Amino acid sequence: MSELKKYKELALGGNIEKGGTAVDFKTGDWRSSRPVYNPENCIQCLFCWVYCPDSAVILKDGKVAGFNLEHCKGCGICAHECPGKKKVKAIVMEEEVK
Amino acid sequence: MQKIILAKTGNEAMALAMKQVNPDVVAAYPITPATEIVQIFSQYVADGEVKTEFVAVESEHSAMSACIGSCAAGARTMTGTSSQGLALMYEMIYIAAGLRLPIVMADVNRALSAPINIHCDHSDSMGCRDAGWVHIFSENAQEAYDSMIQAVRIAEHKDVRLPVMVTTDGFIISHGMERIDTLPDAEVQNFIGKYDPLMHLLDVKKPFTIGAINLTDYYFEHRRAMVDAQNNSLKVIKEVGAEFGKKFDTGYGLIEKYQLDDAEVAIVALGSTCGTAKVVIDQLRAKGVKAGLLKIRVFRPFPTEEIAKALENIKTVAVLDRSDSVGGFGGPVFTEIRSALYGSAKRPQIAGFVYGLGGREIDMEQIEGLFMDLKAGKVKADSVSYLGVRE
Repeated sequence: MSELKKYKELALGGNIEKGGTAVDFKTGDWRSSRPVYNPENCIQCLFCWVYCPDSAVILKDGKVAGFNLEHCKGCGICAHECPGKKKVKAIVMEEEVK
Repeated sequence: MQKIILAKTGNEAMALAMKQVNPDVVAAYPITPATEIVQIFSQYVADGEVKTEFVAVESEHSAMSACIGSCAAGARTMTGTSSQGLALMYEMIYIAAGLRLPIVMADVNRALSAPINIHCDHSDSMGCRDAGWVHIFSENAQEAYDSMIQAVRIAEHKDVRLPVMVTTDGFIISHGMERIDTLPDAEVQNFIGKYDPLMHLLDVKKPFTIGAINLTDYYFEHRRAMVDAQNNSLKVIKEVGAEFGKKFDTGYGLIEKYQLDDAEVAIVALGSTCGTAKVVIDQLRAKGVKAGLLKIRVFRPFPTEEIAKALENIKTVAVLDRSDSVGGFGGPVFTEIRSALYGSAKRPQIAGFVYGLGGREIDMEQIEGLFMDLKAGKVKADSVSYLGVRE
């Protein structure tokens, strides 16, 4: 609690006075299912990266390297769009309870 | 500086003030009895007399939403409404204040349904009194004109940054023709100055987020900051009113005392009723009755200290409320004033009178009768009565 600001220290009207701050706001704990990545079936089409609504697909050297689960909300769009290799998907959704 | 004398209704006066302010955006939806304000203004737009972008929306909720968007984008923004229209804006009224957007709105006070009614009482704007807006009442069209111009300065002041609502009384002021002194366009522009939005969404070099969620951690702090802004506005309203007076001869404060300092009996009122009361007071003074009036011009922020001081030497005070807080102890003006006086060592006897709902006429005889009842000790202290209703 000690790092919370007092009211006189806040920006006018609750403005957040810079861009790109969503990365600091962890929202992944809403998720009820998570994407599981199987690189063997991945053709590196990057559809998952394009379609992810919350930039939760991590790229490394232009290739899919996994998911940022602090921001992934488990919507499953990546798994839905994934064409996979020979009709076997590289992304499948798994329930969090498992 | 030569003033321009014109015959104007309250609505025409407010539309003229808006024209001379020449805001960047007006978003509005028509409603009786405020329709003319934006109708006349839209004619100014059509005739090219203002540079304003006029947004014709599909409801008042959308009107205030569009105002919030345009103000956040950095545009000087104004609107006008009344009654059910203001009620439909209610959700957005709180958002405009919470986001600290200096929108200026004309509200023509009108009763709220049901029963449906188009005439004056103050229930519409009083319903917004806790939202964080600066709330100014007008006694006549002249005050409405002058306050609309001052409102721009008050709202945009760096220590305030709150939306401002300037009200008139439906039909009584909005449709009553008066002689008013108006200012040349250039004088109005000089007075209000250039708008500095501080931060705005169209500034691509400084991206920022507006309207982010605040949960248990920060909501309270942001509302608390609004309390400071309201308190700061007490000083700013007085400074702007004094500067207006210095430049244009008619100064404004938070309250106005009329024959009050040596009064034995006094009434407190807002809006057009103050004009009627002044005439009655002049007549009573000629007969030797020491009657006086405390007019409240600014209801938010509530000028607690000034009011307590202004009333401390009066024997008996009647507070007139043109709206009722149904189920509460008296109307909003009564409860505020009674609370303001509670801490004073010297305080008058006080009684509340709810009057004029739905445009019910209050005439000189009624006000005179009230003064005479106060003088004769016939008014029961700490009571609330309904003046002019058939009981």
